[in-house]
Amino acid sequence: MNGVSPPPLHYEDATLRQILGSVRTIAMAGASANWVRPSNFVMKYLGGKGYRIIPVNPSQAGNEILGETVYTSLADIPDSYDMVDIFRASEAAGEIVDQAIAVAADRGVRVIWMQLGVRDDEAAGRAEAAGLTVIMDRCPKIEYGRLFGELSWCGVNTGIITSKRRRLSR
Amino acid sequence: MSGEDKGSGPKELGFETRAIHAGSQPDPVTGARNTPIYQTTAYVFDDADHAADLFNLQTFGFIYSRLTNPTVTALEERLASLEGGRASVCAASGHAAQFLAFYSLLEPGDEFIASRNLYGGSITQFGISFKRLGWNCTFVDATDPDTIKAALTPKTKAIFIEVLANPGGIVLDLEAIAAIANEAGIPLIVDNTLATPYLLKPMDWGADLVIHSTTKFLCGHGTSMGGALIESGRFDWAKDGKFPSMTEPDPAYHGLTFYETFGDFGFTMKARTVALRDFGPAMAPANAFYTLTAIESLPARMDRHVANAQAVAEFLDGHASVAWVSYAGLPANPFHDLAKKYLPRGAGSVFTFGLKGGFDAGVKLVENVNLFSHLANVGDTRSLILHPASTTHRQLTDEQRENAGAGPDVVRLSVGLETPQDLIDDLDRGLAAAES
Repeated sequence: MNGVSPPPLHYEDATLRQILGSVRTIAMAGASANWVRPSNFVMKYLGGKGYRIIPVNPSQAGNEILGETVYTSLADIPDSYDMVDIFRASEAAGEIVDQAIAVAADRGVRVIWMQLGVRDDEAAGRAEAAGLTVIMDRCPKIEYGRLFGELSWCGVNTGIITSKRRRLSR
Repeated sequence: MSGEDKGSGPKELGFETRAIHAGSQPDPVTGARNTPIYQTTAYVFDDADHAADLFNLQTFGFIYSRLTNPTVTALEERLASLEGGRASVCAASGHAAQFLAFYSLLEPGDEFIASRNLYGGSITQFGISFKRLGWNCTFVDATDPDTIKAALTPKTKAIFIEVLANPGGIVLDLEAIAAIANEAGIPLIVDNTLATPYLLKPMDWGADLVIHSTTKFLCGHGTSMGGALIESGRFDWAKDGKFPSMTEPDPAYHGLTFYETFGDFGFTMKARTVALRDFGPAMAPANAFYTLTAIESLPARMDRHVANAQAVAEFLDGHASVAWVSYAGLPANPFHDLAKKYLPRGAGSVFTFGLKGGFDAGVKLVENVNLFSHLANVGDTRSLILHPASTTHRQLTDEQRENAGAGPDVVRLSVGLETPQDLIDDLDRGLAAAES
């Protein structure tokens, strides 16, 4: 990001809840086959919450990760998917965003989500111009846990204060 | 990681509101409004895969109360919220919380710098017991922040201070010390026990980690032991390779890398899932319950504590038997301006004063008061009195005692919530007895 700090990102809880509550299938660019890598953790966790995660990773193409076939690129995935989760360095994010925009209408992509530490404001602008919702520098696992009560179970300040019963899941 | 604005929630609610509500949502199943005491050691797994996910840290959930317990995690979230931090882990005591912090930060042979104006137990823990683990503490007079800068070495991994220092009267220049830590690329750890987040939020001034003995004002009624470690979530552990325990694969978890995996709450996860898991000083759920309950009234209690302390300090300041009073709420105190800057709501309720009659007068005073309780604790509803030289600071050398503000003539008070005139009358009688 050229050494200049970009403005802080802010996403309303209602926006994140709406995304995590409506998305069903997620293509994960940069999914690792190594089970101790963060991408594998996120895939395993979200899979356990009822999402289907389709891994994209050219070096693993044709293999399986957590029971799902790995594809070379977003365009190679035959099924439709609602969201693209980018688990790559910020420098690699723009190209994946452009691939997502290209297949969005055909595959039903509505959301592009860039992981914690991943941010490309220009690419986000292109995706938003194409009608997609963009989240950057956040982890869907952490946000799912935060919004649905599980992150509190490890002492994290979720910022959620309410006199209503905790909702256990989406 | 940008580190900014990670809390993507609504506008933050006030301190008093969060003191009551943060971490304590109604129970999802029963609707219980207060946080229940989950008096259980263990939690059932859904199936073998769920168990594996929990043990591998791939999912959030409860395994065993040495690691996490729902009553304790409610307290952790509340403390993180009140301190303006990202996450927190509780421990059996403040000393245990300090151990969790340093075990997660240091390798054998590493160093850290600590203010010499600390709770006497911390001076002993750092100077003697930690040394046996290969963790070397250098004590400095942090009332002059330049002494910290001068003590930095390439092996220095942290700076530890009490801003409002035990046994009282001293306030450090937190902002200046945070700038030194920031420049050195090491975390500033503040023991905020005597101030509580109601009087001071160290992270607002640049602190990276906060320690509490929750036994004191947070629990506030002298009922329950406890400690807490809170992380700001803003420290960059990866910047220059100083913290391999955060940035290199951990053999205790199959090569998982904590900072990369858990980001801005990675330090808390490390302290919990390695240090707390392997050394075991977990907070009891009942103690977490008493502490949660007490924190609900923390703002009201602290306002009264500081008002009573101010009244008692002013009385002692004008008493013929008293040589000096070290309370930063008094205008003549050398730290009064720093107290006004960092502790605008009051300079706490623990302070010291010196008796013209020296050691013997100190002993007579503690034996002749009738409301003040002679015991080794602070931060109780009850007013407490102590002669540090013969108790908490007894293990120190004469020089260490003087440096820590605990010489032979020194008496420490923790002013409670009784009627202030009753406290003044009690001390007046005790001082008269000490004179005779």
